[in-house]
Amino acid sequence: MTAPDEVRAAVAAAYRDEWGQVVATLIGLTGDWDLAEDCAQDAFAAALATWARDGVPARPGAWLTTTARHRATDRLRRDATGAAKLRQLAVLERAPLEWDDRAEIPDERLRLIFTCCHPALPFPARVALTLRTLAGLTTGEIAKAFLTSEPTMAQRLVRAKRKIVEAGIPYRVPPAELLPQRLSAVLAVLYLVFNQGYDEEDGHRALAAEGIHLARTLVRLLPAEPEARGLLALMLLLEARRAQRTDDGVLVTLEDQDRSQWDHALIAEGVATLDEALALRRSGPYQVQAAIAACHATARDAAATDWPQIAALYTQLARFAPSPVVDLNRAVAVAMAEGISAGLALVDDLAESGTLDGYHLLPATRADLLRRDGRFAEAATCYEEALRLAPTEAERRYLLRRLSEL
Amino acid sequence: MKYVFLICDDETVSPSMEEIAADPAFHAYDAEVQRRGASLGGARLRPVANATTVRVRDDETLVSDGPFAETKDFIGGIDIVECADLDEAIALAARHPYARRGCVEVRPVWE
Repeated sequence: MTAPDEVRAAVAAAYRDEWGQVVATLIGLTGDWDLAEDCAQDAFAAALATWARDGVPARPGAWLTTTARHRATDRLRRDATGAAKLRQLAVLERAPLEWDDRAEIPDERLRLIFTCCHPALPFPARVALTLRTLAGLTTGEIAKAFLTSEPTMAQRLVRAKRKIVEAGIPYRVPPAELLPQRLSAVLAVLYLVFNQGYDEEDGHRALAAEGIHLARTLVRLLPAEPEARGLLALMLLLEARRAQRTDDGVLVTLEDQDRSQWDHALIAEGVATLDEALALRRSGPYQVQAAIAACHATARDAAATDWPQIAALYTQLARFAPSPVVDLNRAVAVAMAEGISAGLALVDDLAESGTLDGYHLLPATRADLLRRDGRFAEAATCYEEALRLAPTEAERRYLLRRLSEL
Repeated sequence: MKYVFLICDDETVSPSMEEIAADPAFHAYDAEVQRRGASLGGARLRPVANATTVRVRDDETLVSDGPFAETKDFIGGIDIVECADLDEAIALAARHPYARRGCVEVRPVWE
């Protein structure tokens, strides 16, 4: 007998580490996504009882995968009616049933993640499918994180799985010629998962951790892909200062954050991960964003920030991923590096282009630069405009404070 | 798997059959389809000016001129192809000359 707490902890840990692998293997063997999820669920339920009686196995992942496969075989034997099901059963029965203790279990998660993030699926479905099949979140948890109802999310998942089968989306790691494009689709999904959790105070925090966990897995599976490492580095560096971003419900800008309270272990890991990515010598947008985050994270204090370097990095980022938001960030860096007027000129150009109309950070940035320049009356007008557009309470409180300080 | 390519564009340029027959871009596409042994047939459609749409409502046959939907792009042809999976179908569709100026909708066949 193993203590109940110990078993629960072991099953919880296995769920986190092995769920995706169990599901991925079962999909690989049967091609049936629902069957794979159901049998994985059964295997984890069985683990609670069996591990309490027999102890936690040496290789929980192998135990769970074998158990899930037995379940799948049983179900197919019982329900096998059509030719397709009989074919699945034949494949299952032909595949070696027990893994040799020395043999490595082939990691199928890479096939799973590329299939979940296939560009023929709608973007929200890619995100939901990744969280369900790879990370093991329940449909209810995913629905809550994306502020939709559980039936809506369930339907999104059903439709996506149906399209995979009916449109013939292959269950595979894309060949070399498709890999860069498909990998960037995967990275976009993981970054969205992370960001969905990043801005939340508590409720959706789990998603940020999930994003990091998935990015770590991807780096392990694709060690030669610098952008996967770049994304992981970016997440770690942002996560390191997350707790200091608000104080008592008010946004705290980078400049005013208590740097001693940043998570310096995460910063060290983020910087090391970025260095590994850069050593592969193929730059990309996530590496550049991570490099910008690293500039901030490693500056002793706000005044020591290497703004010329950050401005150069934003120029590089604009080449990889042109966007007016990147231009706005670059304008701030230029203001800090070369002088307020140079930055303001760039902000004015952006305002004139109209591409950021309605985006609260445009007037907020302008206000901030005008304030630094001592032009308080103009700054006040811009803060008021930003206040009208700001989407979160924390930002509105921050803007109000700035306005009252003018 | 069987897929149908719906080959669409806005019909601002409508090359003749002879021009298409002489166009190396179409030769390259045809050669690729042949190389993959993919073709199950296909047809080029005359412009939507020649389209007639038929509906039956309350047992009455309603005939109208033009295509079934008012859109910018119209279906100008179809190809029926056999491909291993969607990625192969996408790769083939991307080689169709119309993918460069219109678009190719890839639809799996209900089998």
